[in-house]
Amino acid sequence: MYSDKVIDHYNNPKNVGNLDKEDLSVGTGIVGAPECGDVMKLQLKVEGGKIVDAKFKTFGCGSAIASSSLATEWVKGKTLDEAMSITNADIAEELSLPPVKIHCSVLAEDAIKAAVADYKKRQQPN
Amino acid sequence: MKPIYLDYSATTPVDPRVLSKMLPYFGELFGNAASKNHSFGWAAEQAVDEAREAVAALIGAQAKEIVFTSGATESDNLALLGVAEMYAEKGKHIITCVTEHKAILDPAHYLATKGFEVTFLPVDKTGSLDLQALEAAITPQTILISLMAANNEIGTIHPLKEIGAMAKKHDVLFHTDATQATGKIPLDVEAMGIDLMSLSAHKMYGPKGVGALYVRRRKPRVRLAPILHGGGHERGMRSGTLNVPGIVGFGEACRIAQLEMAEEAERLISLRDRLQKGLESQLDFVFLNGHPQNRLPGNLNLSFAYVEGESLMMGMENIAVSSGSACTSASLEPSYVLRALGVSEDLAHCSIRFSLGRFTTEEEIDLAIQKTVETVRRLREMSPLYDMAKEGIDISSIKWTSH
Ligand SMILES: Cc1ncc(COP(=O)(O)O)c(C=O)c1O
Repeated sequence: MYSDKVIDHYNNPKNVGNLDKEDLSVGTGIVGAPECGDVMKLQLKVEGGKIVDAKFKTFGCGSAIASSSLATEWVKGKTLDEAMSITNADIAEELSLPPVKIHCSVLAEDAIKAAVADYKKRQQPN
Repeated sequence: MKPIYLDYSATTPVDPRVLSKMLPYFGELFGNAASKNHSFGWAAEQAVDEAREAVAALIGAQAKEIVFTSGATESDNLALLGVAEMYAEKGKHIITCVTEHKAILDPAHYLATKGFEVTFLPVDKTGSLDLQALEAAITPQTILISLMAANNEIGTIHPLKEIGAMAKKHDVLFHTDATQATGKIPLDVEAMGIDLMSLSAHKMYGPKGVGALYVRRRKPRVRLAPILHGGGHERGMRSGTLNVPGIVGFGEACRIAQLEMAEEAERLISLRDRLQKGLESQLDFVFLNGHPQNRLPGNLNLSFAYVEGESLMMGMENIAVSSGSACTSASLEPSYVLRALGVSEDLAHCSIRFSLGRFTTEEEIDLAIQKTVETVRRLREMSPLYDMAKEGIDISSIKWTSH
C-alpha cells in the first residue's frame, strides 16, 4: 500500500520542527484544513537569496507527512525561483504516490508556494 | 512482533472448535441437504437441522423460523425488500436510522426510488435513538421499522425491547440487524418483540459467507417475497443449495456463544476498560465516540485529536484496528456514523476503532496501549494542530484553505 520511500519518510521524517515565525528571514505557509484530514505547515529561512533551512509540521496521512518531509529536503539550498518550480507531479513521482494520494503532493506544492509568498510579503516595508 | 488483531468487528477468526466440526462436511459428509432419498442427503439434512436448532436457541426462536443466507448483507436485503414487496398494499413507509450499516441504508435508498417513503431517524451524540421521535415517525402507512441491535463502528446498543413494544402497539413489523450483537449480548426475539433479525456467522467465530434471517412464524406470521427464486429451499424464502459446512460451523459458533457469552462479555469489558484507561491516562485530548456505558463489550472507538487516523494506523504497525478517517475510504469522506453523532469532521479523521474478541489477551492490550501512546506522541510532535492546541488557539476559529 505504501512505497518504501513513503514509509522511510514517515518513520524518519526530515526537518520536523518550527522556525521563528517573527524572524524576517522566515516565510511560513500553512495549507489544508483539519476537516479535510490534512494540514501542512512549511517554513523556509532565506539568506542571500537562498533557502538555508526548512522545517515542517503536518497533520495528515503517511503520504502527506512524506510529501512535506520531501519538500523540505528539496527546497534546501535552492533559490526561491527554483523552489517555486517544484511541482506536485515531481513529488508524487519521487514517492510513487497512488492516485488517491495525489492530493497530498498537491498540498506540499501549495505549502512551498505559500511559504515563499509569505517570505516575499514580509520583505516589503509596510 | 506477532501481529495483534483488534479488529473483531470487521471479522473474527474461525474458532478451532467450529472448524473441526465443519471439516467432515467438506469430506465424506458432502451430501446435499435437499437430497431426500439417500443417506448422503439425510446426513447433511440432519446436520443442518442441528445447526438450525442452535442458531434459534441463541436468540430464543424456533428452528423453523431460521432462514439460512449468505450473510447479513443478504439477510438485510431480504428483510427490507421482502417485506416491502409483500406488504406494499398495506403501506409504503419504512423507518430506519442514519447510523445503520450500508446493507440496510442502500436497500432503503433503493426502495425510495421504487415509490416507498423512508424515514432515516437521527441519533444523539452517543449514537442513541430518541424513542419519542421514533413513535412520532410511525404513520398508518408504516409497514416496517428496521433498527440495528448494536452499531458496528461505535458499539452503541439500541433499546430493542422498547422498540419492539412500540412496533407491536402500532402493528408494524420490527427488523433488527443483529450482526454485531449476536453472541455478544443476550438477545431474545420473544422478550424483545422482534419479527425479523439478521445474523452473520463470521462476526461470531464462524465462517464467512453464511448467515441467517430470523422470520417470525406466529403472532404475527411474517411473510416475505423472496429475492432469490429457484428450488424453493428455506420454505421458499431463499432458494439455493444450502452451504452445509458453513451452516454447520455457524450452528457450532452459536452453541459455543450461548455457553460462553456471559463470561466472555465480562472478560472483554475488563480488557476494554484496561485499554481505555491505559490510553486516557497517558494521553491528553482523547475522546470516546459512542455511548460510555451502553455499548458492546469489545468495542472502543476513540478520537486522538490532532493526529490523523490513517497515519496513526501506519505507525501502529502490527496492530490491526480500523479508522473512521477519510483516508482509509475511497470516498475521502470521514465515517458517516461519526458524522451522524455530530463528531466534528476533524475529530472523525482522528478516530480509531479497537474491537476486542475471544482471543484477545491482556498482554496484547498492554502492547497495544504502549504502541498507540508512542505513535500518538510521535505524530503529535509532528502536528501543527497540536502546537496550536497547546498554545490555546481554537482551531475551529481559523479560516482554513480547504482544497
Ligand atoms: C451491522 C452490520 N450489518 C451487516 C454487515 C454485513 O455482514 P456480512 O459481511 O455478513 O454480509 C456487517 C458487517 O460488516 C455489519 O457490521
